[in-house]
Amino acid sequence: MNETTPAAVAQAPAPSGEGAPRPAAGSGAARRLAGLLQRQGVLAVLLTVVIVASFVYPTFATLDNARGVTVQASFLAVVALGMTLVVISGGIDLSVGSVFALGGVLAAWASQWGLLPALLVPLAVCGAIGLLNGFLIARAGMAPFIVTLATLLAARGMLLAFTDEGATTYLVPKGSAFAELGQGSVGGFGHPVLVALALFGAGGLLLQRTSFGQTLFAVGGSSDAATLMGLPVARTKLLVYTLSGLLAGLAGALNAARLSSGVTIVGVGMELDAISAVVIGGTLLVGGAGSVGGTLWGVLLLAVIQNLINQIGSLNSSYQSVVSGGFLIVVVVAQRFLARGRRTT
Amino acid sequence: MAPSEAVPHAPAQGRTARPEGVTAPPTGDAVLEARSVSKRFPGVVALDDVSFALRAGETHALVGENGAGKSTLIKTLTGVHRPDGGELRLAGRPVSFARPAEAQRAGISTIHQEVNLVPLMSVARNVFLGREPRNRLGLIDFARMHRETTELLDGFGLRVDPRKPLHTLGIGTRQMVALARAVSVDAQVVIMDEPTSSLEPREVETLFRVIGSLRGQGVAVLYVSHRMDELYRICDRVTVLRDGRHIHTGDLAGLARTRLVSMMLGRDLSEARRTGPTGLGGAEHHTARTPVLTATGLDRRHQLHDVSLSLYGGEVLGLGGLLGSGRSETAKALAGVLGLDSGDITVGGRKLRRTGPAGAIRAGISLLPEDRKAEGIVPGLSVRENIVLAAMPRLSRFGVVSRRKQDRVVDIFMRRLRIKAASPEQKVGELSGGNQQKVLLARWLCLEPKVLLLDEPTRGIDVGAKAEVQGLIDELAREGLAVLLISSDIEELIEGADRIVVLRGGSVAGELAGDTVTESHLLDVLADHSPVPAGTDPAAQEDPR
Amino acid sequence: MTTRAALPVRARPLARLRDPAWYQEYGVYVAVAAVLLFNALFTEHFLTAGNLRTQLVQVAPVVIVALGMALVIGTEGVDLSVGSTMALATALLPLYLGYGLLPALAVALLAGAVVGAVNGTLVSVVGLQPIVATLALFVGGRGLALVMADGRLKQIVNPGLLSLGTGSFLGIPLVVLIAAVLSVAVTLLVRRTTFGRQIVAVGGNRSAAVLAGLPVRRVLIGVYVICGVLAALAGVLATARLTASDPSSLGTLMELSAITAVVVGGTPLDGGSVRVLGTVAGALLMQLLRATLVKHDLPDSTAQIAQAAIIIAAVYVARERRSR
Repeated sequence: MNETTPAAVAQAPAPSGEGAPRPAAGSGAARRLAGLLQRQGVLAVLLTVVIVASFVYPTFATLDNARGVTVQASFLAVVALGMTLVVISGGIDLSVGSVFALGGVLAAWASQWGLLPALLVPLAVCGAIGLLNGFLIARAGMAPFIVTLATLLAARGMLLAFTDEGATTYLVPKGSAFAELGQGSVGGFGHPVLVALALFGAGGLLLQRTSFGQTLFAVGGSSDAATLMGLPVARTKLLVYTLSGLLAGLAGALNAARLSSGVTIVGVGMELDAISAVVIGGTLLVGGAGSVGGTLWGVLLLAVIQNLINQIGSLNSSYQSVVSGGFLIVVVVAQRFLARGRRTT
Repeated sequence: MAPSEAVPHAPAQGRTARPEGVTAPPTGDAVLEARSVSKRFPGVVALDDVSFALRAGETHALVGENGAGKSTLIKTLTGVHRPDGGELRLAGRPVSFARPAEAQRAGISTIHQEVNLVPLMSVARNVFLGREPRNRLGLIDFARMHRETTELLDGFGLRVDPRKPLHTLGIGTRQMVALARAVSVDAQVVIMDEPTSSLEPREVETLFRVIGSLRGQGVAVLYVSHRMDELYRICDRVTVLRDGRHIHTGDLAGLARTRLVSMMLGRDLSEARRTGPTGLGGAEHHTARTPVLTATGLDRRHQLHDVSLSLYGGEVLGLGGLLGSGRSETAKALAGVLGLDSGDITVGGRKLRRTGPAGAIRAGISLLPEDRKAEGIVPGLSVRENIVLAAMPRLSRFGVVSRRKQDRVVDIFMRRLRIKAASPEQKVGELSGGNQQKVLLARWLCLEPKVLLLDEPTRGIDVGAKAEVQGLIDELAREGLAVLLISSDIEELIEGADRIVVLRGGSVAGELAGDTVTESHLLDVLADHSPVPAGTDPAAQEDPR
Repeated sequence: MTTRAALPVRARPLARLRDPAWYQEYGVYVAVAAVLLFNALFTEHFLTAGNLRTQLVQVAPVVIVALGMALVIGTEGVDLSVGSTMALATALLPLYLGYGLLPALAVALLAGAVVGAVNGTLVSVVGLQPIVATLALFVGGRGLALVMADGRLKQIVNPGLLSLGTGSFLGIPLVVLIAAVLSVAVTLLVRRTTFGRQIVAVGGNRSAAVLAGLPVRRVLIGVYVICGVLAALAGVLATARLTASDPSSLGTLMELSAITAVVVGGTPLDGGSVRVLGTVAGALLMQLLRATLVKHDLPDSTAQIAQAAIIIAAVYVARERRSR
């Protein structure tokens, strides 16, 4: 009786129609449609945009363009994969943009010793930053928002310190295995695209088919319930931020391999692109629901919009962020209204 | 200890009055046992030297009013809290749980008061969270999970698609899923905290059937509920807690309901001796002829059914009932905080439009909420600002706060209510519970309300402050204010109220006035919870089939 | 029920150094004083009028934005869109300067108010988390600004606007003066007005505020509108100082600087308290720290890492206090 806070006042318990199977009422069908929209809406929009654009712009539906768009999108996709997991756990990771840049510079620097160091060094450092985030959030109980804001600054600072305030640019040796990782392709599709796809496959399995994934949903859906069920809440949070750091570092390394150098100015604001893609992909920012597939479509949608605006040519490229911002509002407001009345009181 | 004069139905007051060994079960029988367990929180002793034991195969009722320590005891047994003193024994061996996970692994399952499942996840995932079946690749085997969930729920007579997200199901079904989760772990002990509070009669029957089969399997069930008829129907023994102390453990059969209720509500004799009678006058107030506030047919699904009452100026109307009877909900509905499905509220002859708390305040209704911390004080603000919070617009000109007017009001009320603070500028979070409560009373009184709704105004405050608050209630009624008093303290209610409306299960169960405002009458109405036949339950009638 | 000590640690002067609450309350002022003292001793030409003037001019826009941010954080919210709002303001200025300085200023500030109203509505009426609600305009706002400005940098030649950036009154730069006046105004708003106290009450205990009949929605929308207008004003002033409208870079990362100033100034992130003076000191501390490191040939990277450490420390102290 004492949990009736004013916030929960407006919600009457949902009418119960369970126990015995009952023919789908109108509200049930509407709810199912709403659920479908939330899960698959972004894919529908993406397909519509792609089909329409293919007819309108002959240069759009070419294999070359598809290759370009997918490679462009693959780095953000890897970062957004980690972000998806973090957001599902009810958190947020603002540090990924800086970590992405740091990972790139470290990879370019270490690539002089071969492929393995070029991957392991950024993974180790970026994983450590993620672990620090996780520790401060899960063990010290600090707000994810502010902790990762601080590590955003710290990672950028480390990056500058490592590059003599941005004066030094580390180059990836030409023709090295590491450069090939970024620039080569199989069947016309760049390695980064294949890596991203593999990671999304693994991420999907992790999320849907392992106990860790189930615990993530539980922690994000109801942290108290997860604790009372005896789930390892703190360890799960620790892991998810570490994963996010690792993925951002790996994405940075791939990007460096493609560009043949550790560019220091990349990744600014990338965290917000990643969050946008995650949200557009149907993952709830309050946590507890979402999918890596949706995020993949979200990233692709952002990339296609960018590409289209370039195709149109006459349009200012800034329209891209206007469109993304608009999408974001529509999606989050729609999510909010879909979620209303179906949460527990 | 002498037999109580204040509580005639309860000769056995306190632990010492009960002969040891008669009611305490032999240790060998006990699956789960608490020995002299204590738990303190800052400012509160939640459990004070509580011992009790749960036998295999029994269904054991745990009862007590708010603040009695039931939740704390459950949380201590299940590893959410660690006891400050005493020990837990599982099957005779001392145990200590650092986390809920450890208690669960030891075979103690819990269904908490608010269903503690994850609403966005599917039924099957909720049942198997943390122990999902795997296939050879180490991945979750959903086919098996769904199959086993269906089998499990079939056993409860429940046909639900295990793939359905939990939030699409009704509360009753969710409770069943929680139960399925609890029993599917091969628990030795299942703890149920108010499992039937949101169930339909049909679902209650299913629950009882499941409890029966658990009993057959030798599982011990600790059953927390306020529904007397349920307790008497399914429980073997009962343990009563009050104010964090163990009051009684014994067989339920043969224990009179009034006696049980009086043990739950009764005041400790030694405390009554020390403090004397309550600060309430106990005398009749001079009551006006026409009601200030009338409520007719207040209805809110699962919480209130056709509650009607009138409140006259100059009287204290008591609102009685056990926990979960709809007392607080009625007060919140009157104050515009809780929405209603139907029903009318009239203040001073004018019908109250449903404009939320602000509208009710404008109409002259003030509510002192039950949960002081969560809904009352703003801890970071000073005593002064907490007092004038609701009255601020009246004490300002052009949006600028008039410090002079404020100080005058604050000064008046700090004196009148004898609020003890270093200064009006002290942060209210630093005050004692009693003084915080007085600050909240001041907040509402400085609005000069016509109707004052007090929800447990003296709970959790020290004895001195309690008497002062009670004295103030009396004084306010004498001045002509209409006061609605909700209290679990039976003595406070009897002495303080001119009339008492008793609620049970969200409806009005009776009204006591004049000579009938006595403890025995109240206990009779409270305890006489005649079982509701399944067909006549108002909730059941809504179902077309 | 035990009574908590009526007065917290006041008795022994040394005991307070172990009390996290003390650091949250006064830590930022001590840190500013320490940085100034350090520079007085070890840095040449630091405590000169010229240098201090430069520092103040540089920190002024951050202070103005942080004032609005402090109010928002006081309601347990956050506004990520302030940098984009600055960009919107700067993009609008050259478009309307043709009608005169005042209309252009009015349009720029109005844009800030609109952004704030949208944010506030999303937070209070739709019920979105503040981070999410303001993220949309963070992403879209700058894009909109760039679209309006056609993605180009435009020189500002309007003398009236330029004098806002370069002018001074009694030797004090106008920008600094405006920031100072606004700091006093916001202090008064918080301490002395109904609205200000309602902000704190809504942030401190939303349920209690609803029960006390406070206009919670109106308060929330008002707070975001103020934050938007202040950000727009900061955008105008920064434009005047740059003598150019550059929506692509103006105000980038401003949300971070503003949040940092507020947090370092001791305002808790979970609402219920607005520390205006602390916020100003927080912004100043970050500025001075950076300047000190630069003067000692320590690079920007060190400054950023130091900044990160200070944020973590500030939040940690606030957390310690809450958990008691």
